[in-house]
Amino acid sequence: MTPENNATVRGTAVRRPIEHFVADFDETPLHATDKVKEDHVPLSLWGEAWRNLRRQPLFLLSAFLIFVVIVVCLFPGLFSQIDPTSEACQLANSDGVPAGGHPLGYTQQGCDVFARVIYGTRSSVTVGLFTTIGVVIFGGIMGALAGYYGGWVDAVLARINDIFFALPLILGAIVMMQLPVFRTNRNVWSLVLILIIFGWPQISRITRGAVIEVRNADFVTAARSLGVSRFRSLMRHVLPNSLAPIIVVATISLGTFIVAESTLSFLGIGLPPSVMSWGNDIQSAQASLRSNPMPLIYPAIALSITVLSFIMLGDALRDALDPKARKR
Amino acid sequence: MAWYILRRFLQLVPVFLGATLLVYFLVFSLPGDPIVALFGDKPVNEAVAAQLRAQYNLDQPFWIQYLLYLKSIFTFDLGLDFTGREIATVLGEVFPVTARLAVMALIFEAVFGIVFGLIAGLRKGKLFDATVLVASLIVIGIPIFVLGFLLQFFIGVQLGWAKPTVSSAATVQDLILPAMVLGLGSFAYVLRLTRTSVIENMSADYVRTATAKGLSRGRVVRVHILRNSLIPVVTFLGADLGSLMGGAIVTEGIFNVPGVGNRLYRAVTSGEGPTVVSIVTVLVLIYCVSNLLVDLLYAWLDPRIRYDS
Repeated sequence: MTPENNATVRGTAVRRPIEHFVADFDETPLHATDKVKEDHVPLSLWGEAWRNLRRQPLFLLSAFLIFVVIVVCLFPGLFSQIDPTSEACQLANSDGVPAGGHPLGYTQQGCDVFARVIYGTRSSVTVGLFTTIGVVIFGGIMGALAGYYGGWVDAVLARINDIFFALPLILGAIVMMQLPVFRTNRNVWSLVLILIIFGWPQISRITRGAVIEVRNADFVTAARSLGVSRFRSLMRHVLPNSLAPIIVVATISLGTFIVAESTLSFLGIGLPPSVMSWGNDIQSAQASLRSNPMPLIYPAIALSITVLSFIMLGDALRDALDPKARKR
Repeated sequence: MAWYILRRFLQLVPVFLGATLLVYFLVFSLPGDPIVALFGDKPVNEAVAAQLRAQYNLDQPFWIQYLLYLKSIFTFDLGLDFTGREIATVLGEVFPVTARLAVMALIFEAVFGIVFGLIAGLRKGKLFDATVLVASLIVIGIPIFVLGFLLQFFIGVQLGWAKPTVSSAATVQDLILPAMVLGLGSFAYVLRLTRTSVIENMSADYVRTATAKGLSRGRVVRVHILRNSLIPVVTFLGADLGSLMGGAIVTEGIFNVPGVGNRLYRAVTSGEGPTVVSIVTVLVLIYCVSNLLVDLLYAWLDPRIRYDS
């Protein structure tokens, strides 16, 4: 019995197309094979990852969301022309319901919620971005030194790492923010500094592991035997090849640092109330949560979506950059 | 094994000393005088200030101060806080509450995380798996204080299923909602960890062997897959206990739990140096000990790991 007969058993004639598993002769003309460059190299890790990422809905979604957040960050005026600063708010609008031109209503102070959510993006994302940059540079250097040189350098750095691990990020930041130095000049940059001080150990640990994995690879030995100095081989050969896990963790921690900023602002010891940020807005809306929950919910949604998109991006990058995990 | 325990224990000593030294330095040695701050707006009475400085050893050089502090820790004589109460008594009041909260959160995240993670792993790629994965991402993405407020508002206030705030006694019933909020973030991690580990183990040789020799599906799942998948999960849970206790500041603030985080926050904002340092010291100790226990547990759970070689 042929497949065609099988398909017509129920009376409806379903003709199955014949499947070609091998291309017909005329489909790939001979001269096409000649056109393949002989010096064609297989795709690199990043090329392979990019091909994989382009097809992932999670990646596309998070990349799109992050793009929107960055545009809002750079040009908030494009999205809202209303002045959201406290001076421009009318107390007459206190706890006002959504109206024309003010789609999300007003806060207790009579400020436009939508405008505040838009203009609050910048400080939150700035803190997250610059903390991540600082943490990657500092933690990366510490981890690379520990992993590459090993021995006593590693032992000492590992202990220092442990000391900072024993003090959780928020705990350390709360203690530091209360220091008179930081109490008097509290702004985005002092917050970035404090978050770097307590946030670097994780990146350092990841970098150390990645560097140890790469440092004994054949190409590093080859470079060393050709007379490349230890430092140069670390910079030119080891580090570029251990970047993948660092980038994944850095993307995810960008989200966590944004959360840390808003948590500290929420506790009243992060950015000063004069700075517009989601954490500050959530904190000030907390008092009237039961009568007017919307000024709390909208910044919270904006915050969650931003954090979520960085975490999703990190997740997608991990899948794309780790071929072992992809097969599962 | 004894050697390993000893070595790990010795490694903890510099971590403990370093962390306490760091906090002590931050609290007492950077510009700004905590004693002057105590007087608030009133003029500073030099005699009283000098007496207070002597009481808290603040008139000594920094190193002597720190060594005296270490001595006070090891003799369990933590002294008085700025309101004149024994710090040891204050710690005795707040630590049991937070410990109860943290253990409840741990039980919550362990039970639900492992169950959901196991089911998701066994049905990899199915609807349940996809739903749970997306949900766990969302839970990880939403900051804990937002989750806290939402749950407090909807479950506590609107639906009235649980108490929105905690009484001063902080009974187990009071702490159900705060413990859920505290454990939610780690719950998502436990879930993902269990899932990954289950998927990895399902294709292991011993699982195929177990199935091939005719064991029932339930027995294969329980004895061969689940048990082996739990090793990394247990490690995570152990290490998490320390961070739950230290990370409860926000949750305790939202639900007004009279625990460590609340007390620490109050101490930090009002500049009570001795209390801050004492609480952080105990937290660091808990972190160090729980990490040590996890390492030992690891060896006990997985006989392939041998530390003496």
